[in-house]
Amino acid sequence: MLHFSDLLQYTDVFFSGLMTTVELTLLTTILGIALGTSCAATRQYGHPIGQRTVTVYVELIRNTPFIVQLFFIFFGLPSLGLKLSPWQASMIALTINLGAYSTEIIRAGLNSIPKGQIEAAKVLGMTFRQTLTRIIFTPAFEKIYPALTSQCIIVMLGSAVISQISVEDLTYAANLVQSRNFRAFESYLVTAFLYLGLAIALRFIFNQIGKRLFAYREAR
Amino acid sequence: MIQFSNYDIISNLLYATQWTILLSIAAFIGGTSVALLLTAARLTRNNVVQKCVHFYVELFQGTPLLMQMFLCFFGLSMLGYEISAWGAAILSLTLFTSAFLVEIWRGCIDTLPKGQWEASRCLGLSFLQTLRHIILPQAIRVAVAPTVGFSVQVIKGTALASIIGFVELTKVGTMLNNATFEPFKVFALVALIYFVLCYPLSLYSKYLEKKFHVSR
Repeated sequence: MLHFSDLLQYTDVFFSGLMTTVELTLLTTILGIALGTSCAATRQYGHPIGQRTVTVYVELIRNTPFIVQLFFIFFGLPSLGLKLSPWQASMIALTINLGAYSTEIIRAGLNSIPKGQIEAAKVLGMTFRQTLTRIIFTPAFEKIYPALTSQCIIVMLGSAVISQISVEDLTYAANLVQSRNFRAFESYLVTAFLYLGLAIALRFIFNQIGKRLFAYREAR
Repeated sequence: MIQFSNYDIISNLLYATQWTILLSIAAFIGGTSVALLLTAARLTRNNVVQKCVHFYVELFQGTPLLMQMFLCFFGLSMLGYEISAWGAAILSLTLFTSAFLVEIWRGCIDTLPKGQWEASRCLGLSFLQTLRHIILPQAIRVAVAPTVGFSVQVIKGTALASIIGFVELTKVGTMLNNATFEPFKVFALVALIYFVLCYPLSLYSKYLEKKFHVSR
């Protein structure tokens, strides 16, 4: 009853969809974590107004569905004069989304650094920036690294929604193929397993990066 | 052509919110029931059963919820099972919710020291007695906060049901947008309604977390 061979001629469609998803994931992972890091630092050590702003941003994003955020950015912002291509809109939406979640995660890491450690750095004459990068962020990131990577994977899976604003990602490819040959079950099943493979591959890569990043642990 | 006043937009959105809430509740009940069964199965310490549960969790946590919905909706009807958008949404959300809850609850049960299982064994309690009198009362206290927290994810997940054509908040939002050409207002209102639904749950989950941390 299942005819997977009908999908073979669309291999390149799936492949280009997969590449778009990978590309967007990598880009938003980097941008999102950068955004999350600066927001977490602001939330923890910044000006009270900055802290408030970050809290509002995080709570707003964490308590609304990604698809609504995406529609708001893609359909809503042009009425304010800000026209975005589907690709740009989804990149911004994914970054903002990951940024909010990673803010919370990174903040938990920052909270776990004992105050004495920061004071010790001060006594040793380290500047605030040195303290931040060497004394606070490195051990904080090590602690929250697993949570952060699984959030990145969750965002990658959530990116399936961007096919709705016609970004040609993996889900878009699945829809395209099934509309051509009417093999919906096969097409979606293959796509689901491609996502699963991508999730497993990402987790493996993140683990390898983690081992490199926190290698100083082994050296001691 | 019909004109939509602000009142019309809001009343239509609120009407649709009912379906979002209903779908969330149905999915949450379905998800917790399946997760309970799977957690019980996992506790039997049968290797094969544990492997199966692990595979289930990997499968549904590692694939997008949207794909699961497509498979349930388009896929199943392709295979000859008639399924409505409502049924497909509940089915896929149940699978998705249960996969996450099993993992959450596993963590809660694993936080209890192993010595408690062994001590109960020494005291002559059976497996079920240990579970009922020793493990569950403690595990449930730990599990409530993250479970409430996850219910927020379920509510947000129901937004995807709009894509397979189930008429709930997001779907009515897109329909109103098509009719009024006021996307900024419509989607801001939709987001606001989701926020009003989810934020109290987030706060409650945070409160529970604090409360149980103090008492421990």
